[in-house]
Amino acid sequence: MIEFRDVDYSIDGRPILKGISLAVRAGETRVILGPSGSGKSTTLRLLIGLVKPDKGSIFIDGEDITRMSEERLRQIRHGIGMVFQQGALFDSMTVGENVGYALLEQSDDEADVEARVREVLRRVGLDDELIDRMPDEMSGGMQRRVAIGRALAARDPKILLYDEPTTGLDPQSAELITDLIVQLRDSLGKTSILVTHDIADAFKVGNSITVLSEGRVVFDGNATDLDRSNDSFIHQFLAPFRTAVAAAAKRLEDASRAAPAPPLRGGTT
Amino acid sequence: MIQALIERLRRMLEVVQDFSLFTAALLKTAFIPPFYGREMMHQLYFAGIGSLLIVVVSGTVAGQALGLQLARELAQSGAKSQLGHFMVISVVRALGPVLVGMVVASRMAAGITAEIGAMRSSDQIDALVAFGTDPMKRLVVPRMVALVIALPCLVIIGDALAVIGGGLVGMQYHVTWESYWAGVLHYLTPRNILVGMIKPVLFAIMIVAVACWKGFTSEGGAKGVGTSTTESVVISSVGILILDGVLTRLIFRLLHW
Repeated sequence: MIEFRDVDYSIDGRPILKGISLAVRAGETRVILGPSGSGKSTTLRLLIGLVKPDKGSIFIDGEDITRMSEERLRQIRHGIGMVFQQGALFDSMTVGENVGYALLEQSDDEADVEARVREVLRRVGLDDELIDRMPDEMSGGMQRRVAIGRALAARDPKILLYDEPTTGLDPQSAELITDLIVQLRDSLGKTSILVTHDIADAFKVGNSITVLSEGRVVFDGNATDLDRSNDSFIHQFLAPFRTAVAAAAKRLEDASRAAPAPPLRGGTT
Repeated sequence: MIQALIERLRRMLEVVQDFSLFTAALLKTAFIPPFYGREMMHQLYFAGIGSLLIVVVSGTVAGQALGLQLARELAQSGAKSQLGHFMVISVVRALGPVLVGMVVASRMAAGITAEIGAMRSSDQIDALVAFGTDPMKRLVVPRMVALVIALPCLVIIGDALAVIGGGLVGMQYHVTWESYWAGVLHYLTPRNILVGMIKPVLFAIMIVAVACWKGFTSEGGAKGVGTSTTESVVISSVGILILDGVLTRLIFRLLHW
């Protein structure tokens, strides 16, 4: 569904991504993990067309977004919900106007939009009475929930992108946001990409994990494979979180053993 | 040394090119739907009602100062009956649009650049793009349309107060209100009014284009937004003076004055 094919990206001649290739299947939740400055957020910015790659192609549902018109790209963006690093809520708008932004762009039925906004606010664990509040009257954790709500409300997106959604939050708020993302993953089953430098978040949320270092993919697989990796960078990067990795890998193995065999498609007559 | 100079010149040309492309895109986008009516009304209130007080104060004070200067000189040369004539020509054709344009520019350019710069540094503009919105349509066009409507109206108010102020000052020099007003009405021709109204329309487009462009291109967080805001006010104020000079010459040539 999403594919990066040999993508290079640089800023003022300074390489940010070098030959990135990765594929995310429909319905999969992929975590892009890596230290600060490894190019994680840039992958999302490329995917939504905020910046153009120097080289390579990026496909969404088989369409190369690097070679399409701005108008077509705008249509593609309608199917994507993005949660920005610091929320990026529109500070001149109320919570309701933020969450309903994409809907209000297309519909004049304000009552209908308000009903949808209230539903989304409840879904992200917020009191729908907050609809008339301004973003700066809320805590960082609540703002981040509103940002997730805004991404969800946007014309029922097929793809959800989270750019370090827990950055800058206290541990308790960060955990609540991570739990919310897991809950949305399980209930909505949308194709999602979570960019984070937090290894605990990565193992909690991701079906699969891509690790970036200095603009290159150094790992692409699941938690078990990551735990068993012999790569020296991976070893060093994961060292402080070894216990969490081992626990996550075990959980994954147990889950795969307990999981029933997938139902057969088609069948005989 | 020469290399550095060439490099500087090249960068300046690049800036001019970028600004020209930005302005061209703005003028093209302004006529293509969707139109953000609610945002435009909000901006119209901010630009028009919000600027009213400074226009009233500066128009009244500048009109009286100009009236005082002219009345004194004209009284000495025995031509005080011409005060209305000189006031209308100076205020409606030249001083009014420039004065009101500059006070509104300092307020609007600072506000627009700071707001858009802050939106840029907090990823709000990227968020607009991510939701499929064209920031030019959503942020720039409503501000331009609002100022294109508001600035000529503010110029009319500023002109009226300046002309009335000039008449009141003239009365101290024994210029009767009736003779002053007759001179005002005689020279308040459609041609003079047209010249005085073309300028603020073009000033408004220039102020918004400069302010938004500086906001969109601001970099480096709060410090960068501060620098861009200062530059935006300076460029739009100086731009008004330059544009006024160019337009005056052009109008004189076109109207064979």
